[in-house]
Amino acid sequence: MAKPTPQEASFTEITPLCKALGMTVTDVGHGTATFSMPYDKALIGDPDTGVIHGGPVSALLDSVSGLAVIVHPENKSQTATIDLRIDYMRPAPAGENLTAHAEVYHTTRTVAFTRATAWGSDPDKPVAQATGAFVFDKKEATS
Amino acid sequence: MNKNEPMQDVKNRRDGVLRAFVDSVPFHKFMGIDFERKGDELTAVMHYTPKLIGNPMVERLHGGGTAAFLESTAIITLAWRSIWSAMEAGEVDLAKLESGALPSLPKTIDITTDYLRPGLPRDAYARATVNRAGRRYASVHVEAWQDNREVLFAQATGHFLMPDVQKKP
Repeated sequence: MAKPTPQEASFTEITPLCKALGMTVTDVGHGTATFSMPYDKALIGDPDTGVIHGGPVSALLDSVSGLAVIVHPENKSQTATIDLRIDYMRPAPAGENLTAHAEVYHTTRTVAFTRATAWGSDPDKPVAQATGAFVFDKKEATS
Repeated sequence: MNKNEPMQDVKNRRDGVLRAFVDSVPFHKFMGIDFERKGDELTAVMHYTPKLIGNPMVERLHGGGTAAFLESTAIITLAWRSIWSAMEAGEVDLAKLESGALPSLPKTIDITTDYLRPGLPRDAYARATVNRAGRRYASVHVEAWQDNREVLFAQATGHFLMPDVQKKP
């Protein structure tokens, strides 16, 4: 875990949907990434409570998982989502920024498997969890 | 149902109720998501804007945006299906709906999105099939395409909690 390099931090800047949703990269490691996304009334999905739509939460979990794959030490190119499952555990608290952390927990020559969690101000109260499969192009062993 | 009801009254009622649901969700406007109706059949449209791009090098739609689009399609289709009978029986007061007194929307329990092809930088369409709608839970499949109806670029299966048994705040 470390502060993102300028190149890693630029991921959300150069990805139009991430930028439109206000995401920032706050941390990256060896096959891990952490993002932050501000609360925004334009993202509301439940007009009665001000809770944001599941859509931006999906976009956040997909993006943070994607960067975790890209920064994986054995990755040698870009990636794309093959499959993403999201479980919604509780509504995202209205007015609270979301944080999401993702890790690559297994790779094959062609696929990276990811897990990610998103929460509001309390990390012990996850809003949603995601498991994904991403396109992966593994570096050849040198020995 | 009154089979001799003037066509324009029927259209105004159905389009009005659909519009009240779609417009009540600010996120639809953010994403450029709208719904077209033929009878009771809905087709969701995600109008292309550059902010939907995920990979700027090759200009492809962001997977998260695609997932959001399919989830919205499922939720609005479920809500629309739930209100249909009451609406057609004349039990829905459109003026009240438009002023915000809408039934709660179904809540997503889980959704799995399957990315079949890269999303191209153009409009996308989706339709949801409700495979099971119980009193509490619903299971919905969504198909999304761009140029050809038979060539899907994404599909999703999700489970939803229906609003009538949700706890009132």
